[in-house]
Amino acid sequence: MSVETMVKSVLLRMYEDLDRALKKPVHERHWGMVIDTRKCVGCNSCTVACKAENKLPPGVVYNVVIDEEFGTYPNVARRFISRPCLHCQNPPCVRVCPVNATYKRPDGIVVIDYDDCIGCRYCISACPYGARSFDFGNFYTVGQTPEVMPWDVMPSFEYGEEQRRDPRNPWRSPIGNTRKCHFCLHRLEKGMLPACVTTCIGQARIFGDLNDPESLVAQLAASPRAIRLKEELGTDPSVYYLL
Amino acid sequence: MGKRALIIAIVGLLLLLVGLPGLVDRLTHGLLNVGYGAPVPWAMWVAVYIYFIGLSAGAFLISSLVYVFGMKQFERIGRLALFTALASLLTALLFIWFDLGHMERFFFVFTRPSFTSPLAWIVWLYTLYLLLLLAEIWFVMRPSFVRGGEGKGFKASLYRFLTFGVRDLSPRAMERDRKIVRILGTIGVPLAIAFHGGTGTVFAVTVARAYWYTGLFPIMFLVSALASGGALLTTIVAFVLPNGLGEHREEVIGLGRLLVLLLFVDFLMEIAEILVSLYGTVPAHFIPIREQLFGPNWWIFWILGMGMALVGPMLILTFPGRRSAVWTGIAGLLATIGFIGIRWNIVLPGFAVEELPGIGRAFVEPHWVYGFYIPSATEWGVTLFSVGVGVLILALGFWLLPLRAEEVAA
Repeated sequence: MSVETMVKSVLLRMYEDLDRALKKPVHERHWGMVIDTRKCVGCNSCTVACKAENKLPPGVVYNVVIDEEFGTYPNVARRFISRPCLHCQNPPCVRVCPVNATYKRPDGIVVIDYDDCIGCRYCISACPYGARSFDFGNFYTVGQTPEVMPWDVMPSFEYGEEQRRDPRNPWRSPIGNTRKCHFCLHRLEKGMLPACVTTCIGQARIFGDLNDPESLVAQLAASPRAIRLKEELGTDPSVYYLL
Repeated sequence: MGKRALIIAIVGLLLLLVGLPGLVDRLTHGLLNVGYGAPVPWAMWVAVYIYFIGLSAGAFLISSLVYVFGMKQFERIGRLALFTALASLLTALLFIWFDLGHMERFFFVFTRPSFTSPLAWIVWLYTLYLLLLLAEIWFVMRPSFVRGGEGKGFKASLYRFLTFGVRDLSPRAMERDRKIVRILGTIGVPLAIAFHGGTGTVFAVTVARAYWYTGLFPIMFLVSALASGGALLTTIVAFVLPNGLGEHREEVIGLGRLLVLLLFVDFLMEIAEILVSLYGTVPAHFIPIREQLFGPNWWIFWILGMGMALVGPMLILTFPGRRSAVWTGIAGLLATIGFIGIRWNIVLPGFAVEELPGIGRAFVEPHWVYGFYIPSATEWGVTLFSVGVGVLILALGFWLLPLRAEEVAA
């Protein structure tokens, strides 16, 4: 089997898992992710794909790749922890929200309703993973360069709605809101994998339904190599890392 | 208007005007030009907000010494304490309102409430407290409104309006008023403890920030609220009331005795927090403390916090302040200013540790910078404006309302 077919098979397998999950009622799904740190080369394409997919402005970043160095020369190594929102099943961010603007969906995804968020940023303080960012109303080119680039003011389609940021109106959502990774919910609902998963050059990100024992993500999450970040806090994340 | 009230009004107006450009920027550009970001989501405005909430709770609890516990010694400054609590509360609410990303949605906390959020709870408690404070102030001042409304002029017509038609000054009515005030004050004491302890709880339940995640935190909030409120009241009685050092000497020195005790308890709690955290090996515990003590902002801890708020006033109050109203007033003033540093060091060190090691180097963009925060011009502007509003409210009270002891008898 060539490398190409192996890579293809992982993607195909994930799409089959996805189709199967979408046929179930929403509350029977539990979307989750496994990230294989040995396959991650730290290229940041997940971050870039996310920025592009969700048209994220400066300062808003749903995914980061943490670059850690170990050892002393000549015995050195690097490890990359790419971190989307971990979609905790006991999310500390959700219960501190004073207006129920952020909540956990029946399929396990932690979302924010932009029309309800008052922008108090308590959830950002409460997240143990730094997974939430805030839309302060920055633009890459508006007011920064002589020409406003079209992509800078294009709407995103987060949560299946047209989210248009208005450079002249800081009172209009999603400006002034907390924003976070939603596992590309708008893509999932159309039968597509999250942008970061499809773009990953090493197939380090495996996505699917953790409730489905046949799915690749559930099988990998059961591996003895699998750990979760800060599990001792009792947050019960839906994202696993293979070390 | 008295000369001192005029001076306060001018100071308030100046602060307000200097801060106005910041306010305009805040309202037209939202939070675009603030110095904080997702890595430091709460900053100067939140620190100043808890400072003023603490002043309010402290001033109110001291007023309860008069109206609940019947301490005659402080009777002449009871109204002043109540009104200081009101002005501080309004200033605090202004700060936290400006801090919201969507100011126009603040009422969502009432219309779509979450019962699991300490933040929602404290907003409800603030609202109850505001109503209670207004009612208590009205009942305390009603006799003065009735008497003052008899003459001619603007103040008299204002007082006539403020009686809301209740002009009965018979001993029975007065006794009924006193009773109501005592009941309101008695409800107010647990309420003040709840809303300020609750403000501490907002931080204390945050498991993500080890620095805040201690059971001592809400208690420290309460003690330092009492201390800072007492310090502010001491300052106002000593230096703002006309001839405060002479006529109100007894109250100033009495407040000083109370203050030294409160400062000492607060000092003990600070030391306990610091020693326990520093002793351990957990970075999330000791880094915020180490940063406070030896980081680039060491002066906030040592000069403002330890020097001006705690140790300095304690020494002054123990030695020259025991018999001197001037020294007591100076100690109060120092502590009032110094507590801003203590409040700063409650909020900001919470963000001194990266949530995940290395995350600060993973990504750098505007409003996404770890380990660095200085307040922007907009933040300073809004701060000066809001403090100016608070000072103006106080001046307005001095000018229009019967806040002072002499006016009680009049």
